[in-house]
Amino acid sequence: MPIIDLSTDQEPVRAEALRSMARGFGRRIAAFAAIGHRRWRRSLQLRIVAYTLIASSILVSIFGVVVATRIQDGLLQSRIEASISQLNNGHSYVEDQLGAFNRADDYDLPRSMQAVAENLAQLYGSGGESGVVILGGGALRGLGPATAGLGGSQQLISDELEARVLDNQIAHQFVTLPPTTDPQGNRIAARPGMVVGIPVTVAVGTFELYYVLPIDHEAASADLVRNTVIITGIALVVLLAVMAGLITRLVVNPVRDAARTAQRLSAGLLDQRMAVRGEDDLAMLAASFNQMAVNLQRQIVRLEDMSRLQRRFTSDVSHELRTPLTTVRMAADLLYTSRDDLDPLMSRSAELLNAELDRFEELLTDLLEISRFDAGFAALDAEPTDLVAVLDRVVDRLASVAERAEISVRLIAPDHPVIAEVDPRRVERVLRNLVGNAIEHGEGQPVVVTLYSDESAAAVTVRDFGVGLKPGEEKLVFNRFWRADPSRARQTGGTGLGLSISLEDARLHGGWLEAWGEPGRGAQFRLVLPLRAGGRLNSAPLPLVPESNELPMATTDVVLRRAEPADSETPAHDVGGLADGDQINSNGHPGDNVRPAATSKAAGSDPQSGSGQPTVDADESSSEAAHA
Amino acid sequence: MRARVLVVDDDPALAEMLGIVLRSEGFSPAFVADGERALAAFRDVRPDIVLLDLMLPGMSGIDVCRAIRAESGVPIVMLTAKTDTVDVVLGLESGADDYVMKPFKPKELVARMRARLRRGEDAAPEVLTIGPGGNQVTIDVPAHLVTREREEIKLTPLEFDLLVALARKPRQVFTREVLLEQVWGYRHAADTRLVNVHVQRLRAKIEADPERPEIILTVRGVGYKAGTS
Repeated sequence: MPIIDLSTDQEPVRAEALRSMARGFGRRIAAFAAIGHRRWRRSLQLRIVAYTLIASSILVSIFGVVVATRIQDGLLQSRIEASISQLNNGHSYVEDQLGAFNRADDYDLPRSMQAVAENLAQLYGSGGESGVVILGGGALRGLGPATAGLGGSQQLISDELEARVLDNQIAHQFVTLPPTTDPQGNRIAARPGMVVGIPVTVAVGTFELYYVLPIDHEAASADLVRNTVIITGIALVVLLAVMAGLITRLVVNPVRDAARTAQRLSAGLLDQRMAVRGEDDLAMLAASFNQMAVNLQRQIVRLEDMSRLQRRFTSDVSHELRTPLTTVRMAADLLYTSRDDLDPLMSRSAELLNAELDRFEELLTDLLEISRFDAGFAALDAEPTDLVAVLDRVVDRLASVAERAEISVRLIAPDHPVIAEVDPRRVERVLRNLVGNAIEHGEGQPVVVTLYSDESAAAVTVRDFGVGLKPGEEKLVFNRFWRADPSRARQTGGTGLGLSISLEDARLHGGWLEAWGEPGRGAQFRLVLPLRAGGRLNSAPLPLVPESNELPMATTDVVLRRAEPADSETPAHDVGGLADGDQINSNGHPGDNVRPAATSKAAGSDPQSGSGQPTVDADESSSEAAHA
Repeated sequence: MRARVLVVDDDPALAEMLGIVLRSEGFSPAFVADGERALAAFRDVRPDIVLLDLMLPGMSGIDVCRAIRAESGVPIVMLTAKTDTVDVVLGLESGADDYVMKPFKPKELVARMRARLRRGEDAAPEVLTIGPGGNQVTIDVPAHLVTREREEIKLTPLEFDLLVALARKPRQVFTREVLLEQVWGYRHAADTRLVNVHVQRLRAKIEADPERPEIILTVRGVGYKAGTS
């Protein structure tokens, strides 16, 4: 048939369609499950309604089952009792009628049994709805059955029931009555029924009398009760769930409202408040919340005012102090330049005045800077900066100080620019401070400055081989006005605020500034900065604790710094010179390069190349420096 | 001839001290103590250079600076007690060529002033061009004339010096430090704000679109260079 052909042709297509439908369905179910799970975790209301549903379902089910069972049992019990009293009447009748027989093989006995059954059926049968069965028991087994009323009654009597009756008990059993027709010819469907039985002992032996009765009224009543209980139960559960939902909503809504308001508050909208309705617990929540918001707002505004005042004060102090200081400075300078014309005492006074004015200025600058940090008004002017150039400049500028202290400063840096988004003034200040400190505490030993960067951070370590730090001091060094050894004479002075400011500068960049030191092994400071402004640091490209006590190359007695190009108008950064040089030298870091430079002593022998920077191998350079 | 200096400062002691130092260095100073009268004094004195305190009674130093710049390219050196970048940048953006932070050493101030006055002494005949083809700017160095398509662009002497420095070595990247040294006469200073602000001001005048500069290019992390054709 064409239709069958068609369907077989389409079979694979349909199967595929079914599969894809099933897949789509599965995906949809998964999506729903995910959404459901999210809602479950997020919605307190949903959870409370669900818990209420589960708990009330269990309770109502138990309650319903108990009630329905009790009512059903009660109904049946009364029916059984009524049947048994009927049965007792029947028992007397059977005793009367069959008690007259003396012999079991009496010809009339079966007929009498039938008559008794029919009479009883007529008495209690109520129109053929119930049946009466009389059986001969024991020795009378052969007699009967005599049945009357409802047809097919004797098949409903089970062996078990019969055994119990023969055991001289009044017994009952529930059965299903077969379909039948009533006297008016209406069909009656199968319905629940009951068989009750009683033994009747007479002269000839024991008979069994059974009534087969319909209990559909009782069953109907029991069904009605059960249905009522089920419907009531479901209604109750639904009602409880709805109530739980509504009540939760009543509580959850203000809580959500509070959460929203709190979010707005924390986003800076300080005048956000909750609506207070009534005098209940929720109103109290709203009122307390608002009270908190008011206090927060007041506090924040107060702090802002204080901060603003502090800033104004700093700015004013700055201006008010600086202007007279300028006049003093110029006057002192005038005296200082003409000190040769003054008598020795005056001349020395002018020198002292000049020197102390320098210190005073430094101290003023540092104090103002630190108060700016304290007020939270230090701003970061980040711009892409070549850290190699900054380090070069720092080392270059401290060369004269190093020379005076007879200390060599060695710079180990990549020979390509290390560009980081930093505030060049601040970073230069930090590095100048670290290198200056190292020179001050270097005890004649070299100072090694190392710069290295990875893809996200740049690190500078400054190592000296001086007295080092005692345990615990690596934190103390950053304290304001802290000095390693108060009894030790100051060499370069310093304000005692340098490292505190450096630490704040590093923090402002989102960077780290840490110290390490051991007595006798010297000290090392490490500055780590993220390459991008606002970046987060996870690791540092250089270790804080140096791996060895060794200098990274042979010691020389000269100050090392970058050579100035011969032509002062040719800047150090020539584009052509930036790319070359990925050499690997003995110091481990690829591309690193120890750039030696000339001191006044070594200047003549320093290699000069026309463009770019001189990149010389470490050993070669040191030997060259040694020659000089 | 002695260079005339107009000192705009409200602190009498500082003004007097400045007078002593400036006279001893061979300048001829004139003084005005408040912002309102500064512009009149400027027209009156016709100074070669102005020393301007940023905090003044009456008219603020920033406004005085703008007013002077509106009618003259005369070098202006700010004297400022404020170290915040905002204040410094604001002063530079309003037209100052350079600034000196209080307290300063007299030698430093005089060196800055000389650097600003030094210009135009050794101008050999020289004509430079800068910028990519189609957007070229021509600089006549001895005439102090900058033109694009025969139209004159008015630059202050400092902006002119900055442009000439870049244009003379077109393929070279100038670090901010080198520019500070060549144009401002600084040695060993790392105040890149000075360079940044003036490059912005210069771009605003000579670039077709200052947001996308073609004549003065930024080399990220290094400095600036001239755009070439």
